[in-house]
Parts: sequence; structure tokens; C-alpha cells
Amino acid sequence: MKSSTKKTIDVASRQGSDGGFYSDTVKEHFFHPHNFMEDEVGYKADGQGMVGSPACGDVMRVWIKVDPKTKKIKDCRWKTFGCASAIAATSMMSDMVIEKGGLTLEKARQIRPQDIMERLGGLPARKIHCSVLGDKALRAAINDYYRKTGQVDKIEIEQGRIIDKVLKITDHDIEEAVLEGADTLEKVQAKTKVGTGDPACIPEVEQLIRFYKEKYCEK
Amino acid sequence: MKNQKNIYLDNAAATPLDPRVLKAMLPFFDKTYANPSSLHSPGQAANKAVMQARKSIASILNGHADEIIFTSGGTESDNLAIRGVLEAAVPKLGWDGSTQVPHVVTTAIEHHAVLEPLMYLQKIGAIKLTIIKPKKDGVVSVQDVLDAIKHNTVLVSIMYANNEIGTIQPIAEIGKVLLRWRKENNTALPYFHSDACQAAGYLDLNVEKLHVDLLTLNAGKIYGPKGVGLLFVRRGTKLAPITRGGGQERGLRSGTENTPGIVGMAKALELVQKDREKESKRLSLLRNRLIDGLLRLPKSRLNGDADQRLPNNVNISFLDIEGEAAMLYLDAKGIACSTGSACASSSLDPSHVILALGMSYEAAHGSLRFTFGKSTTKSDVDYVVSVMPGIVEMLRKISPVTLDMSRF
Repeated sequence: MKSSTKKTIDVASRQGSDGGFYSDTVKEHFFHPHNFMEDEVGYKADGQGMVGSPACGDVMRVWIKVDPKTKKIKDCRWKTFGCASAIAATSMMSDMVIEKGGLTLEKARQIRPQDIMERLGGLPARKIHCSVLGDKALRAAINDYYRKTGQVDKIEIEQGRIIDKVLKITDHDIEEAVLEGADTLEKVQAKTKVGTGDPACIPEVEQLIRFYKEKYCEK
Repeated sequence: MKNQKNIYLDNAAATPLDPRVLKAMLPFFDKTYANPSSLHSPGQAANKAVMQARKSIASILNGHADEIIFTSGGTESDNLAIRGVLEAAVPKLGWDGSTQVPHVVTTAIEHHAVLEPLMYLQKIGAIKLTIIKPKKDGVVSVQDVLDAIKHNTVLVSIMYANNEIGTIQPIAEIGKVLLRWRKENNTALPYFHSDACQAAGYLDLNVEKLHVDLLTLNAGKIYGPKGVGLLFVRRGTKLAPITRGGGQERGLRSGTENTPGIVGMAKALELVQKDREKESKRLSLLRNRLIDGLLRLPKSRLNGDADQRLPNNVNISFLDIEGEAAMLYLDAKGIACSTGSACASSSLDPSHVILALGMSYEAAHGSLRFTFGKSTTKSDVDYVVSVMPGIVEMLRKISPVTLDMSRF
């Protein structure tokens, strides 16, 4: 996780190849989204997951079909309420999951927002928080698959403890944000949106920021 | 994805420069370029142009030439009005914290150029602040303003017309009520400031009718150049400078006068005010046409009152979709507009104006603003009405959210 920190900042600072606000890849996925869920009713999903809330401005829902023998994801569909980068990020993530015959569940679980962003050719810095929910929804769908198939031992609760109950942001997410240089509540919010749907958690978030700052930054 | 159209519906953000304004400005870049403060002939030629502009603007405002303070735009004028009044009030009210902290009244739908400085001053303990919520229609109640006035209130700042939802505030009535309050209490305070940046193209700017002591205007929203504005400061209003230096603008705003900008602003204001009644009539028909066309879409709602509204403003929320995505789909169809969604702002919060109406976060995220200008035609409006259903349908198709109308 820590090795990816530097890369994230590089990707984030790029404003797209043509100097525009969004990269061409982002625009392509936004205007012509791949793999979105056309027909929910007729779709037999093996697992599905949803995160976010419309009040916060982002909701992502992901459905997957899994080959029980190979444990590979055969199909990944999604629906997103959100801005251009949120839509593009979910679209790109669905491609990454099913390309080249599909990722195994274990590999898919390791997709990070940074990986999606890199494939998108970067996102404007203040748009990064819009892309952090897609992979969470995917992991929720994977857990749902394990639950449905009785493989409860394989269910992985998000690393760490959930702090923001609405956006399902964990202490680990806050730790990572601090490691990436966010040293105030505002900066951590800019990266994670923590507290926008669940303001009651903000005092705890501030405490965690202080804790991680002392741990990593003030030495 | 080639743009076959180029329809600019974001005139509340910026307007194109009127060619007549540009023509008036040009000589002051390279011919009459001397410093208006210089006493030599070239300097005096520039000074004459600035004076002429001041007089022309003063006559439109029904004020005096010495009441016009040129600035770099609306934001600076708002900051000058706020800081200037408060600093001038320090000796009386003890802004050093020793005695009474001055009190300021404003509304929840002001532009950031008013709210941010006021909230900062509140945060550092320099003022007490009352923020009045508008009614659900986006119009502030005169009685609410009067009820908020205290004996240590030094300033009331209420915008003339809102930049996001276009609602027009009862400035003349508020001004009258404040005048009476001051008379009854035998005091010169509170002063009344109004930001009229969005109103300048469409409404009456007569300061005697509005009863304002301070009025903010800028050129960039009325087909004039960006980077020029002014603050009308009624004679007798105690104001301290926030920019000190060479003492220009009666010592209230130091810095060499921006001669071409000032000349351009005067020309721009003259032109929009001359046409404002005719243009208001023309645009309000187009505005109503767009509102009717867009409200035919399911789960849509107009933000702000339909009548107490600038003739060039349409602001509509669509549930289940996010405004930035819709704005960019419109952009791809050649339509430029804006949104109150958090995703389009640098903060994480959606439009404070739409939230202040008591609307939900969901509604604020899904809001789109179309603001017309001189070039807007009926066919532009019809084109928006024709492409909007497809965009809303597409974005709703990929949205996992289906809220019911109670979420407005």
C-alpha cells in the first residue's frame, strides 16, 4: 500500500494529456460508458454491492457473475450516480475486472482507486475522491458472492474499522489519506469525502488524523 | 464528438465583450495611456476620460461622481464595503474586542464574496453575524431583516438579485425600512450594502429609490471587461480603505486607475441600462419557454420563484442525476451552462443557495443553471428543450438511484 503512495500523487497532478480538465480516456468512458447495467430485472447476478448516498453526490452499485470453477469474474455490470469522473471510474473498473478472460476474485479485490486512476490517464486533483467508491462497491459484491455461495470464511470485511457508516470509509482509508499528505480534516475530506454523509463521525476522524500525523509525519 | 452548435447559456458567469465597449476602450491602451494622476497634459487627458466615466455612471445610478469608487471587480467591492464599514466603525464599537462587537446582518444566499469575508470576521471574533434564510421561493422577507437589526448592527448586506437562482430581493423596501429604523433610533447605522452584479443588466439601479448606502457593480457581467468593478459609496458613509497607497479614489482604493477598464465599464453600463426594459421583456419570454419545456420532464423542479426572478435565469433540479455529468453531456451537444453540484465546485458541498431554500442535498447535486444573454434566441431555447430529455434519460439509465419527489 505504501509503495503506491508516490505514484498516486503523480497521477493525480496530471490534468489530462491535452491540458483539458479531463483526459481523453475519462471522456471516452464518460460519454460512452462500458458495461453498465441495462436490464437489472433480467440479470442473474452472483453478487452485488452498493456504496454511497445521493446526498453525498455519489452512489455506485456493482453486479458480478462468477465462474465457480476458475473463481474468475465473467461479467461485471454497474450503475453510478455521480459526476463525470465517478462514471468514468466505474466504467474503467468494470473493464479492468473482465478484460483478458476476467480477474480472479482475489485479484479483483486488490484493485485500488489509484490503479483505476492510472488507467484513466489521471484525474484532476479535486476529482480523486469521486473515484474512490467503485472499488468499494466491487469488494462489497465479491463479499456478497461469498455470502451467497456459503463461503463465509472468504468474506473479507474492509481492512480496518468503518468510521463513516454511509460511505463505508475505514480508519485504513484515513491512514492512507494522511500518508498521501492530507494533514487536515479538509484535505482528508477532499480525498475521501469522509463525514459528508455521516457528519457524526467527524470528531473521530479528526482524532484519527492527529493520531496518524503523529505516527508518520511528525518524526 | 464534434460540436455542431455553440450555444452559450452561462452569462451569469461571464458575458462577451460588446464590440462598442471594446471600441471605446481601445484608445486608452496605447494612445491615452498616461497616469490619470499626472498633472501633465497626457495625464490630464486620461484623467478626463476617468472623470467622464465616473459622471456617466453616477447619472445612471442617480448619484454623484464622487460617490463612485472604481475597483478590480465585484469581489473587491464587496470586501471593501464589508471591511471598510467595519474598520471605520472600530473606534465607536471597539473592534479591538474591548467593548462591543459590531453586528452584521446578511442572507444565506449571498455570493461567496460577501459570505466568506463575513464568516471569516465572525470566526476571528471581530463581528457577530446574523444570516437570514430566504423563504422557500428564494426571496428574503423584509420583516425578517428588520427583526434581525440590533443596536450594535453596523451593516446589512443583501444582494439585489441572486447569481444562482436569479431571485430578486426587495432591496427598495428593505432600504426604506432601514431608513425608518435609523431615523427612529437617531443613528446613522446600520449602513445598507447591496451586491447588484447580476442585477445591473436588467433592473433599476437608482440608488435613491433603492435607499442603499453601498452598491457593488462589476463590468464583466454586463458585456464589459473583466477585472473592473465599482463600489457606490453614498456621501457621508464612513468607510475605511482596505488598500492603502497613493491615495487614488478619494483614498479609499489606492492604485493607478485602470483607464481602459473604467471607460469600458461606463460604456457597458450605459448600453445595458439603455436596453434593459426591452431586453428584460424579450428574455423573460424565453426564460418562461425554457422553464415550461424543462419542467415537462419527470422529477424536475424550478429552484427559486418563477416571477420574482431575473429575466435571464433558469435553474432547475433533476432528481436521480448529478449536475456535472448533465452539464458535460450538454457541453458535448454545444450548450454551455453551469451546475450547483458539489462535483463542479472546489469544495465538497453543493450550492449553498439551493440548500438555503430548504431543498435536499440530492436536489442541489442535480441542479442546472442556464443564464441567457444578448445572443440568446428562441431557437437556442428550443434546442436545449429538444436535447435535454435524452440526456436526463441516459443519465437516469446508468443511475442506481430512484428517489421519489419528496426528496426535493
